[in-house]
Parts: sequence; C-alpha cells; structure tokens
Amino acid sequence: MKLLTHNMLTSKCLKGVNVGYPLGIVAKDVKVLETEFNSEFVSRIIPKLDWDTLWNAADSIGHAGDLPRAVCDDYENDVEFLKKVHHVLVEVEVIEGELVCPESGRKFSINKGIPNMLLNEDEL
Amino acid sequence: MELWAQAKTEEELHKNVRSYPMELMKPYFKPDLSFKISVETFCNRQSQAEKVTKIESFSYLPLEGPVKLNDPDVCLQLLEYYGLDSNHIPEKPYNLFFGRWIADGQRDVITKLSLKTRKFIGNTSMDPQLSLYMANQALVRNGDLVLDPFVGTGSLLVAASHFGGYVLGSDIDFLMLHGKTRPTRIQQKKHRDKDESVRSNMQQYGKDNQYLDVIVADASLPLWRPSFKLDCIITDPPYGIREATERIGSTKNYQISDHHLVGHIPSKVEYGLQQIYQDLFQFAAQHLKMGGRLVCWIPVVR
Repeated sequence: MKLLTHNMLTSKCLKGVNVGYPLGIVAKDVKVLETEFNSEFVSRIIPKLDWDTLWNAADSIGHAGDLPRAVCDDYENDVEFLKKVHHVLVEVEVIEGELVCPESGRKFSINKGIPNMLLNEDEL
Repeated sequence: MELWAQAKTEEELHKNVRSYPMELMKPYFKPDLSFKISVETFCNRQSQAEKVTKIESFSYLPLEGPVKLNDPDVCLQLLEYYGLDSNHIPEKPYNLFFGRWIADGQRDVITKLSLKTRKFIGNTSMDPQLSLYMANQALVRNGDLVLDPFVGTGSLLVAASHFGGYVLGSDIDFLMLHGKTRPTRIQQKKHRDKDESVRSNMQQYGKDNQYLDVIVADASLPLWRPSFKLDCIITDPPYGIREATERIGSTKNYQISDHHLVGHIPSKVEYGLQQIYQDLFQFAAQHLKMGGRLVCWIPVVR
C-alpha cells in the first residue's frame, strides 16, 4: 500500500463510523522502491491530497524525511519539491502491517502490500 | 489518410490524382522533404516487383525531395481494395485510393497486450481490444487517476495504463488479488505462479511506475473519502453468470466468537445486478471529476 492510497482510504464501511479518516498505520515491513518520476501526475495529484494526513502518515512510519509541513506556492514549477512528494506518495510502500480505524480501533491487515478492507458479516 | 483521389480503375485513379488541386499537394513536394510511397493491397498479396511498378506509375508527381523508406517526412499511400472474399480474389481491385498518410493507428497494441502472453489472467479477463476501446472512451490521458472497482486480474487497468493512466483497483475476491485462485490456463495444472498479480501484469508491460494499488474491498460499501476525485472509472461488474454477484453479508443473525475470528472468511449474500449498477452510478456521480467518464458494460439478455 502506497501512501497515496492511504490518503484516500477510510473505514466508513464500519457500522457507526461516520468519518473513519485518517486511518492509523501499523507498519511491520516497509519497502522503498524507486519509480519513474512524472511531474504532470504529481502536480495534478497534489490538490487532491490531504496534506496533513500525508505528512503524519509518512512521519508515523519514519519516512517523512525532508517533506515540507505544507505545500509550497507555485509547486508546479518546483521540481525538487515535486520529487520529494513523488517519493513519499508512490515510492514508500507498506508491505506488511495494519490499518487502524480512528473511531472504532478495528484493524485491517495489509499482506503483500494489499490492504484487506473486508468486514465480517456480523459487522454490517 | 488525407484522401487525394479514389477510383474504380487504375487509369481513372491517375486521372483523378492529376486533377487534384496542385496547391494542396505542393506543400509536400518541397526539395527538403523526404518521402516514400507505399502500396497496400487489401485481401490480396503482391510481390515487391509489382508494388514497385505501381509506385513508379506515380512518377508524374513533381516530388522533389529525396526518397527515404524509414521514417520519411511525407508518406504517400496507395490502397487497393480486393473485396472481403479471400477465396475469390478478383484480378483487378474493386476500389483504389491514393493520398497522404497522416498517422499510424495503434492496432499493434492489441497484439502486444494479448491475453495469450499475459502473466496473470482469469476466467473473465477482458479482451485487450475491448479494454483499449474502453480506456479510449474513458479519455484516459497522461497522469490521470483511473479506478476499477471490480478489478479482477486488472485487464482494464493494463489498457488504461497504456494511455498514461495511474491505476487503482479494488475487488471483493481476496484470493484473486493475491493470485491464489485456480489457474485458468489449461497448461497450468493446479497452481498459479507465485508472482502472479495485477502488479506483475503492469510490470510485464513496463507500466510498473503507473501501478498504484489494489485493495480487497466490498464495492457495496463506502471505501474512499468523500472528496476523493477520479479522472476515469473503467469497470466490468460481475453479471452473475461467469462471475458471481456477491457482497459480504448473512441471512442469519449471529456473532463470530474471538476463537473463530482468526482467518475467518466472511460469508457472502447475493448482490442484485440492479443494486450493483445503482451503487456504481452513485459512486461515479460522487467520485468522478467534472467531465470525467464512467465506462462499463451492461449485460443484455435477448
């Protein structure tokens, strides 16, 4: 699971959970895989992000690095900044671990990089 | 192709080419523009010598640039149409066309994405040609965020990534996303390869950097935060024929004990087709950007 995905995921599927965001991360295995940088993609995704959630998530798994606490102005033309965002968004990946619902504490496991957000039939 | 002339016979074609306004052809006949003339015979095979004769029959065109067969500036094309019946090929073509070739199509991508050579496929993997049509209809562009909420083996995401999409998928089938379902290839007896996954498909076509994530999730329940906006949704929901229409649930009322919780596989109930589409349209209305498109199939029983 990449942090980009984490930025969009909720546990709203649970009964009685209204927001379910942001999910906590318990990371047991984190991998960093270098991937090709595409400035168009990164600059278009930035307005869609919840920046605080991204920073906190990266920090909680020890990969915030030198990611700024806030989005800088004129980020479309700041390649250095875009590359930092690219790294945190799509290069850092939680392979094994858990996602935790902020309201109910329900845990969702992540195996082989794939989060399992399925509920059991008695949770519906 | 920019059509300059068409005719039923060769003589007529040349006559029509000659009567095509010179000021429209002239810009392509400059001395600094390299050119080539190609011949395509639809539903007929011809030797190179025959083709050369045909090319030379255009020698009256005042082409001034050098001939260049590989990647020329100007490409002129003669198309001969011999009908559709390969068992009864006529001696002379039914129709002839001549003009300037503007761009190649992308039909070769269909072969490149063939399911026969793809790493990870399942019972209901979508045909590459149809997948490419869908991605095209969805207007997938470089850097777009594309989601398939019934992702399966990711055949639609492969096509979306071809047009530059960054792809996300979700599916209720845990075993499918982990590449643990029964193999569908006849030569694979019992087990799939260990590294079969949506991701390995993306890797196979060199689109690893556009793979974001796949998530095991029930499409009937909310998963994403409400403000999450997608550029395109491309999907092929289950119809209940080859792929079951299911959601998590139970008709009975009970509590799973802690003892049974570890490794529990949730039970499923029928997820009506009408409900699937209603949920899908609602989801698209909420999560697509303005002008973004949902492309999906709807089964019709006749």
